[in-house]
Amino acid sequence: MRHAFDQNVGVLRRMFASKLAGIFNILVIGIALSLPAGMYVLLQNAQGLVAQFSGTPQISLFMSMDAKAEDVDRLRKQLEQQPAIASVEFVSRAQALEQLKQSSGLADVIGSLSQNPLPDAFIVHPKPGGAQALEGLRTELAKLPGVEKAQLDSAWAYKLEALLKFGRVLVLILASLLSLALVAITFNTIRLQILTQREEIEVSKLIGATNAFIRRPFLYFGAIQGLLGGIMAWLIISISLLLLNHQLVALVQLYASQFELLSLSLGDSLTLLLFSMYLGWLGAWLSVARHLSRIEPR
Amino acid sequence: MIKFDQVNKRYPGGYQALKNVSFEIAEGEMVFLTGHSGAGKSTLLKLIAAIERPNLGSVLVNHQNVGVLKSRALPFLRRNLGIIFQDHKLLFDRNVFDNVMLPLQICGFDYRESHKRVRAALDKVGLLKREKSNPIALSGGEQQRLCIARAIVNRPSILLADEPTGNLDTEYAQEIMAIFKSFHQVGVTLLISTHDESVLQNTNARVLALKQGELQA
Repeated sequence: MRHAFDQNVGVLRRMFASKLAGIFNILVIGIALSLPAGMYVLLQNAQGLVAQFSGTPQISLFMSMDAKAEDVDRLRKQLEQQPAIASVEFVSRAQALEQLKQSSGLADVIGSLSQNPLPDAFIVHPKPGGAQALEGLRTELAKLPGVEKAQLDSAWAYKLEALLKFGRVLVLILASLLSLALVAITFNTIRLQILTQREEIEVSKLIGATNAFIRRPFLYFGAIQGLLGGIMAWLIISISLLLLNHQLVALVQLYASQFELLSLSLGDSLTLLLFSMYLGWLGAWLSVARHLSRIEPR
Repeated sequence: MIKFDQVNKRYPGGYQALKNVSFEIAEGEMVFLTGHSGAGKSTLLKLIAAIERPNLGSVLVNHQNVGVLKSRALPFLRRNLGIIFQDHKLLFDRNVFDNVMLPLQICGFDYRESHKRVRAALDKVGLLKREKSNPIALSGGEQQRLCIARAIVNRPSILLADEPTGNLDTEYAQEIMAIFKSFHQVGVTLLISTHDESVLQNTNARVLALKQGELQA
């Protein structure tokens, strides 16, 4: 075992001898991988943002400003009879004003108002359903007497969600194409390696080397090159996010909010490295399968 | 050990390298193969190592018909053979020691054991002091001896040598023949091709003479 390891180290050392070419290869692989992986990270962040805000969708029903107590009671009964509604919550004008004072930090401005500008409102929690069912319910509720305006709070989240789906397909296409490029790069590198080591391969075959023995170091080389490319991609993404976050912190502070771009999770990082390693191995395997059999001793 | 039966080898293009060659070499025998260049000596040796395959007839090595061996089985045939190539086939990207190490690496030998064996083989051919040199720095005779060391490090039962004294002066050639004789004494089967009849003078070994692809009686 020690010996097999030794032998492979020797061959690999010779293969990695041309450092500059190797570094450029790894750089190309790293950049190719960092594009889809980086887009994936941004998508993950956007998705986290959507989940944070949309949670469970709700419909806000605003009543007209001149609604009386009996109007409120009537509407409540009507709402409770709706089968598509899970629960209803009433927020009176006074409560709404109080909440606004507490949450927005605008207490001074609100305190200076001569009258309450907010209407009575119901917050409707619908039973789970698709975006279309929710929209149908909203139009239905808007027609009820006493309702001034019905607003589907998570409408924008649905739109963003659709946009994210589009983004995911884009990432998938990009990832497939660039994976193919990675395989092609490795294929070519290994082809050159095989050509430069033609003599060694021939001699090895003459003194009894099996094909597996000859193949092995090339496969290792492909896998290691892929792995190093993956590490390069990971570094590119991490450093980019670090730079972006630095600016982002300054930006969101102006909005008195907190938000930070998350980098690749441990699982995603491992997936990236393993995947790039696998692609390198695959490219090497294809190249070896194609080129090695052509070298027969004469 | 080695048996040729009505062997014919014709290369693509129609050149007939061997015609109806039949002979047998017993275990532990030392046999010389003579003939002018182009007589088919190299082809005959290549058939034994299954580098080439016969068009007709059979080549048996250790009772195994190597002409029909599957390519998967070839490595294991060749591990039993030590081959000394006419053009040496040394690797110039590594030193003398690593050149001799290669066959042992291929067979997956134990690390310690293989180092011992490499040193023993280098000692046998008198190159122990040159183990760190690059083969390119060796003289023709030394390169030939290095090739021998690589062929024997695996302790094969059969040694094939293609023109081992080809372009060496008489003194070197005699040195190398002496090395071969010592292998013969420990029971290795040897088949040595040469166009140089002078090396046959002080030996009583059997001689197979090839002429235009045919074995002379």
